[in-house]
Amino acid sequence: MSSAQSRRPGEGPPDAVVSVLRDDGTLDPAHDPGLSDEDVRTLYRALVQTRQLDERFVQLQRQGRIGFHVGSLGEEAAILGSAWAMRKNDWLFPCYREFGAALMRGLPLQTLCDNMFGNANDTVKGRQMPCHYTCRAVGWASISSPVGTQITHAVGTAWAAKIRREDSASLVYFGDGATSSSDFHSGLNFAGVFRLPVVFLCRNNGWAISVPVERQSATRTFAEKAVAYGIPGVRVDGNDLFAVVSVTQKALERGIRGEGPTLIEAITYRMGGHSTSDDPNRYRETEAVEAWAGRDPIERVRRYLETRGAWSDAEQARLTADIDQRFRDAVAIAEKTPLPALETMFEDVYAKVPWHLAEQRAELVAGPRPGVSHG
Amino acid sequence: MSVSNMVQAINDALRIAMRSDQRVVVLGEDVGKVGGVFRVTAGLQEEFGEERVIDTPLSENGIVGGAIGMALYGILPVVEIQFADFIWPAYDQIVNELAKYRYRSGGEYSAKIVIRTPVGGGIRGGHYHSQHPEAAFIGVPGLKVVIPSNPYDAKGLLLASIRDPDPVIFLEPKRIYRAAKGEVPEGDYLVPLESANVVRPGRHVTVLAYGAMLYEALDAANKASEKGVDAEVIDLRTLWPLDINTVLESVKRTGRLVVVHEAPRTNGFGAELVTLITERCFFNLEAPPVRVTGFDTPFPYTLEMEYLPLSHRILPAILSVARS
Repeated sequence: MSSAQSRRPGEGPPDAVVSVLRDDGTLDPAHDPGLSDEDVRTLYRALVQTRQLDERFVQLQRQGRIGFHVGSLGEEAAILGSAWAMRKNDWLFPCYREFGAALMRGLPLQTLCDNMFGNANDTVKGRQMPCHYTCRAVGWASISSPVGTQITHAVGTAWAAKIRREDSASLVYFGDGATSSSDFHSGLNFAGVFRLPVVFLCRNNGWAISVPVERQSATRTFAEKAVAYGIPGVRVDGNDLFAVVSVTQKALERGIRGEGPTLIEAITYRMGGHSTSDDPNRYRETEAVEAWAGRDPIERVRRYLETRGAWSDAEQARLTADIDQRFRDAVAIAEKTPLPALETMFEDVYAKVPWHLAEQRAELVAGPRPGVSHG
Repeated sequence: MSVSNMVQAINDALRIAMRSDQRVVVLGEDVGKVGGVFRVTAGLQEEFGEERVIDTPLSENGIVGGAIGMALYGILPVVEIQFADFIWPAYDQIVNELAKYRYRSGGEYSAKIVIRTPVGGGIRGGHYHSQHPEAAFIGVPGLKVVIPSNPYDAKGLLLASIRDPDPVIFLEPKRIYRAAKGEVPEGDYLVPLESANVVRPGRHVTVLAYGAMLYEALDAANKASEKGVDAEVIDLRTLWPLDINTVLESVKRTGRLVVVHEAPRTNGFGAELVTLITERCFFNLEAPPVRVTGFDTPFPYTLEMEYLPLSHRILPAILSVARS
């Protein structure tokens, strides 16, 4: 294994971190993904929307109106930039922090809100926790809570596309914690062996709930794990939208050319708790968080646009007002939509309801009600 | 019509499935070039190529996880797990992903795969080539669990499993892979899932069995008839969802029940069968039901024939239940 192979499609020494957006608002031409101002404006709106909705969902949870939220505060560029690079016919396998990317690909905000409330219009029929929505129409796989299990699925869709000689790649999101899972190992190994078009996007956000990266791995970087699978590994500034788009595009192109998968380590920081159920003040110092605040991925894009005269305070005000309005409208509908009917509990376990579930359905429908609602 | 063993019949089913449906692929450890350690997939790679009959790295969770992704895309993977004893690395994928995919996506997706895996003891396999872990899959909502006992059923049930819309765990009793022989039609046919087979009609006691132990139950039933006890032996064939009607009809008629399985007794499928039946026909029962099973120990090597619920242990159970 040559170190050169382990470094592609990023360049420079093994520890080098690909970055594009300079502090002065200009782009490093070596990795400039060539986004138009309109592209960047679209991405910026999606970034702002993601952050704003994150805040609103946390408020809803604190108010007791939804049961749970798992956010992406500080990681928005890593999530949206990588999704931007993928095509319509590609598959995305979320971890559970990526609703912003799903919205950008076309998940209706109403569908997301219906999932947050687990109501009758929820596409997953109230069967899963909030943030576990599905959207087949935009190539968005189903979400499960176990860490890392989606990695092998992303390998499977890319494998199927290769068997069928169809042009479809996959991108799978996971965190630094998932690199310790057996599915990470199996997924990267299989994708390497069969040279499959998979982009493994590891968001190194510093934490797996309360456990820091030093406790996940003795390697200096997560990208270097790629060497063990004979595939390229690249580190990228995950708070640099342009850099994330660039390395993901290159990884995708590599996959499309039949050269196999790429592991991307997007270096970012989880600015919030693991989820609304977590208080990060119990295990980390605020200084570390403050250090990252100066590298806010959304502010950096805004400065870039402003430098080019492509964004204004007035547009910002209109954008945030518009997001809030759409959020309020969607929540109002979601909140007054009834819960799923009792019978739906027994649907979709099997393609047809078998006798024992029919029996249990009748038992539930006829039986006493609990008198308490969940949450 | 020709006489085949189980291995040939399953191979035949795979070949027919792959010829009739381009979506079907076979993947697993050693399934390609060598045709499987039991030769069940012999010759398939020659006919269908390396892209449809795939030798994978040695990783059960990678195989099943990869197959789930294939299924999402629209491929129909038939996975081989070399021995059921080695399926546990894939258990997370099976329980948390495969079994729940349709449900948790509200029906937007389904992950249709068939997992074939050899089960059972009596082949000098020790702890790790002998286990019979059906109960670990029967208890998982979303899975179907199938086990044939003869070549005709093996072919028809596997074709039915591949064409069924739900994920199926297809258990292959390896002790009778070659010992069980029978007439197998050449073409395409199905043995419907969820249909038990009354193999030996009888009046006095119902014996429920499946897989390799079916033959032990039949042997015991034949010996019981010499002592004036007429036992009805039912091959369950699909363990879950169970063909409850066939079972209940029999037990209501005989009033007596013996359940046979290789797996350990505690929390074994026998516990569920006895409960289901007792709940529904307690007042038809003339005697307490009896389970004849493997013991609650790890599967032993040297003493495996003492561990297995063979005919010599089933016969006294039939006689005592019939006479109590």
